[in-house]
Amino acid sequence: MSTLSLTSAFNLLLKRDLVLAYRRRSELVNPMLFFVLVTAMFPLGIGNDPKLIEAVGPGVVWVAALLASLLSLDSMFRSDFEDGSLEQYMLSAHPISILVLAKILAHWLVTGLPLFIVAPLLAILLNIPGEAVPTLMLTLLLGTPVLSLIGSVGVALTVGLRRGGVILSLLVLPLYVPVLIFATDAVKTSIAGIPTTAQISILSAMLVGSLVLAPLATAASLRISLS
Amino acid sequence: MFESLAFAINPGQALVLEGRNGSGKTSLLRILSGIRLPESGQVLWDGKDIFRLGPEFHEHIAYLGHKDGSKLDLTPLENLRIAQGLGKAREEISLEEALDQVGLYGFEDVPTRNMSAGQQRRLAIARLLVTDARLWILDEPFTSLDRKGIEHMERLFEAHLKRGGMAAMTTHHRIGFKEEVQLIRINLSER
Repeated sequence: MSTLSLTSAFNLLLKRDLVLAYRRRSELVNPMLFFVLVTAMFPLGIGNDPKLIEAVGPGVVWVAALLASLLSLDSMFRSDFEDGSLEQYMLSAHPISILVLAKILAHWLVTGLPLFIVAPLLAILLNIPGEAVPTLMLTLLLGTPVLSLIGSVGVALTVGLRRGGVILSLLVLPLYVPVLIFATDAVKTSIAGIPTTAQISILSAMLVGSLVLAPLATAASLRISLS
Repeated sequence: MFESLAFAINPGQALVLEGRNGSGKTSLLRILSGIRLPESGQVLWDGKDIFRLGPEFHEHIAYLGHKDGSKLDLTPLENLRIAQGLGKAREEISLEEALDQVGLYGFEDVPTRNMSAGQQRRLAIARLLVTDARLWILDEPFTSLDRKGIEHMERLFEAHLKRGGMAAMTTHHRIGFKEEVQLIRINLSER
């Protein structure tokens, strides 16, 4: 008679979600493909003006990342809600917020991390100078987990609704705005050759803040959605 | 739905909820499990409010709802491992033995998606066996099971009650416990 330690329960759930994601690989590439395609469309639409593309580049990458993240959010709890697994988490012998954090981390590893990995490629496409690429990647590394964390609260609130998609966007996109502002500003500043410590610090603060608060809010939201 | 309802379940006893459709059987079970908040009144475990106990209460219960709660993309063994990890593991039984007890021997590594509805229900029942839950909350546990399966599951429930376990359940099936089991019957339509 023993209860798993919190760390092993966390690992168990993280591993479970990664295995599930691997067994449904086709869904896995969707957000990344969307990210790449949307970004690739912009130079075609704007025309061959390198200066203009360079100017809009950081914004384009980040807006595409935002939308890709939003697109993938719904899958975070949907299948667990439909097959009853979510009820089983709520009735687990472990605090729900920790289990929720494992799910968010798995979701980010599957949908957020690939965006970070393909970012250098898109930087070339959008004429972002090489010196600014590390900053772009750093903003994605700090910013996309925030998107997953904030998004998880929205998904948890709308998971019980049949057509939660529009409400989810309305709920979550305004909360994404600060990340968008500071991340694109960091990249633009970096292109201008000015240090970006301030923006990066603020993005880090957002990550830490949402890491602490979002799992609690998500756990509470899930409880509301299920009852 | 129902009101002025009071009952206690002691070790070795099973509560059987009866009543027509929509009389609140599922709602009551969800309230007992702590998924849903009652509009008024409280549920006590060992004299303490279950909503205050939270996970401390949840380690003593196993809930089987309308939905099986298994992931179709995982194998039965993987599903059971997660169920065990989420609760308080029962050590006198291995995961394979639990599968054997519900008649799923040989299906350890078959994707759950490829099993029949009855087999998936059996897997959900196996989940009850792998944790050390004292209170089983069962919402129509016999759905999709064949007659032999139902009889077999009744033996498993009896064994649980004889170990000093408790159960709260709804079922449209007439339960035929062979041995002396204390049943508390409550008909919610009459409330």
